[in-house]
Amino acid sequence: MTIEPPASAYDMTHAAESEQRATFAVVVDNEPGVLHRVVGLFAARGYNIESLTVAETDHSAHTSRITIVTSGTLEVLDQIRAQLGKMVSARDVRDVTRDPLGIERELALVKVLGTGADRAEALRVADIFRARVIDTTHESFVFELTGAPSKIDKFAELMRPLGLVEVSRTGVLSISRGVM
Amino acid sequence: MNASTKTEPAPTQAALPEMLTGAEIVVRALVDQGVTDIFGYPGGAVLPIYDALFHEPRLRHVLVRHEQGATHAAEGYARSTGKPGVVLVTSGPGATNAITGIVDALMDSIPMVVLTGQVPTHLIGSDAFQEADTVGITRACTKHNYLVKRIEDLAGVLHEAFHIATTGRPGPVLVDIPKDIQFASTTYAGKGGPQPHAYSPRVKGDPNRIHEAVELIAGAKRPLFYTGGGIINAGPKASALLREFQALTGAPVTSTLMGLGAFPASDPNWLGMVGMHGAYESNHAMHDCDVMVCLGARFDDRVTGRLDAFSPGSKKIHVDIDPSSINKNVRVDVGIVGDLANVLTDMIAAWKSARRRDDATLTPWRAQIDQWRAKKGFRYRPSETIIKPQYAIERLYALTRDKDVYITTEVGQHQMWAAQFFHFDEPNRWMTSGGLGTMGYGLPAAVGVQIAHPNSLVIDIAGEASVQMTMQEMSTAVQYNLPIKIFILNNEWMGMVRQWQQLLHGERYSHSYSDSLPDFVKLAEAYGGVGIHCDRPDELDAKIMQMIETPKPVIFDCRVEKAENCFPMIPSGKAHNEMILGEEVQDIGSVIDDAGRKLV
Repeated sequence: MTIEPPASAYDMTHAAESEQRATFAVVVDNEPGVLHRVVGLFAARGYNIESLTVAETDHSAHTSRITIVTSGTLEVLDQIRAQLGKMVSARDVRDVTRDPLGIERELALVKVLGTGADRAEALRVADIFRARVIDTTHESFVFELTGAPSKIDKFAELMRPLGLVEVSRTGVLSISRGVM
Repeated sequence: MNASTKTEPAPTQAALPEMLTGAEIVVRALVDQGVTDIFGYPGGAVLPIYDALFHEPRLRHVLVRHEQGATHAAEGYARSTGKPGVVLVTSGPGATNAITGIVDALMDSIPMVVLTGQVPTHLIGSDAFQEADTVGITRACTKHNYLVKRIEDLAGVLHEAFHIATTGRPGPVLVDIPKDIQFASTTYAGKGGPQPHAYSPRVKGDPNRIHEAVELIAGAKRPLFYTGGGIINAGPKASALLREFQALTGAPVTSTLMGLGAFPASDPNWLGMVGMHGAYESNHAMHDCDVMVCLGARFDDRVTGRLDAFSPGSKKIHVDIDPSSINKNVRVDVGIVGDLANVLTDMIAAWKSARRRDDATLTPWRAQIDQWRAKKGFRYRPSETIIKPQYAIERLYALTRDKDVYITTEVGQHQMWAAQFFHFDEPNRWMTSGGLGTMGYGLPAAVGVQIAHPNSLVIDIAGEASVQMTMQEMSTAVQYNLPIKIFILNNEWMGMVRQWQQLLHGERYSHSYSDSLPDFVKLAEAYGGVGIHCDRPDELDAKIMQMIETPKPVIFDCRVEKAENCFPMIPSGKAHNEMILGEEVQDIGSVIDDAGRKLV
């Protein structure tokens, strides 16, 4: 008897299926340990966290909003959503990426060192991206930039040859358009 | 639950809420939840609660010998009654010792509330004596947990803990209570006070999906019910509804290890357990059915075997109260989130509202099943000189058939033989560690079952290796006059490990033999119980009867065939229809490929 390897729950893979990014917005009760619950769930089940932001959003209702960017196959993303929804502390879970009304934004602080032509070029690029200069010396700028994560990626890429030394990003925040 | 306390009118209805200490609130909340029995072990950080217990006649405290024993006893109690099991242990090592049973309860969806003491709030984080980050450690292995830092929150948290543990998909909930909170005082408003979370799991199934599911079942030529522990958790009503729905549809029924008893094993439509060591006919029926109706099971790897060859031709319906169970391991065609008693009621109504198929359409399917049955997958070579473990279970079953019997098990070969050869017609009669596979579960679980059912016959079908992991609970059984029977299939080996080493690791028996074993008869006597030794098949019946008739805890040292293997078996990495039968085995090593060998 010969058997084609391998197959069991232990080597279930989704390698053949394409992975996609997803942003989940999770409204949770603002209580000690709640972030650990979310992060622990991702770690225990082997899900990726590409970015994560958390802050209290409604003091009177005692809720925080956690925004998580992750990736996986559609099956895995459904599982993540179900697992997040199962948490006792979770009040609402939304898949912002697959919501046509979803908006995603990120804020970045970008430090660029340089003089002469590079410095002028950096300022021009910043202008095109509508980044604000929030600190400057004769040899440096700190830019503040908001936008979709891809816009920030692009900005950093353009700044790299112009003297980019440091990037600090908030991770993605999200909300839905319209009256919903 | 506790009818006497509920029916009595409150003496002063309009009086102000009472001032109670935290420890008194714990005890009162337990009473208000209808708790009558708790399993625990005292220690420094829970002394105020133990002090409050001292004055509370409505709560019986069962003193275990190790906190792991408390958790398994609570599991056995919960599984056999449908009520939550309650555990009370101290901080630090008390809590960490309880972890195994907490994980076990999580894996098998057992309702359990664990109360742990904690060092006083001002010492938290200071590496104080017997301090452990209990909520941190147990966050991943509880359904939910709490650290109570304000006395005002305590009552709400306790009542919510019971609510969460017992509703939705049941599970363990832990409440960590610092010692200063136990001493602090506040008003106690009873069960109705505010609770911290808005937790309300969905119980009603989507009617459209239920309709879709019923249509699929009605059109099936080879339907199969695949039921799990969820039916048991949904209560006796769900088991009754399963029987009713089965009778309407005529579909045969198989079950996971956890679901045994929900459907009567004496019914001709019962196929036996499914999975790695399940019935030949069940596994073939799983593979060849055209509509699979999964009710409260979770497509565990012990059940599915090779996933890409799992029941390739079937439409799958999955009813589960846990949304994350649906489409987790196996994609299903119709997923229904809801409580099984609820969903089955709706399914039955939907079935009855339409004209349904002629039962004769299932005749070819039944004939096929009969052919698989004729293979007699559980047969073994009998012996007149050596007790075969399967024979021992068969005799145990035969001799206890007219008894009010509850079975617990440890984990390993004996567990599988018990599942194969002991048959259950009612739910809540079978307590075993399925998901986590915890050796040492059965003895303390039997303690818990016997506490709940003092006049019933409670038997732990055990292996000599497993039972030594929690043997100390024999002392608990003796203390509380619990006449549990520990029926050890003693082959001197960690049998399942030995079997895998024989079949998959070239007969290299690495550290699976116990070179020294206690004299179990003397051990029983040392604890104050009764020991029985048996190594001859012709004496077995008489000695089993002696065991049953002994009104004390008994350790039965049943010496069985040492090298017996558990069959039939779906080797790792194989499909259901590649199940091997006992007599086919020459060299399983050659049947299982390298990939299969790496699996567990």
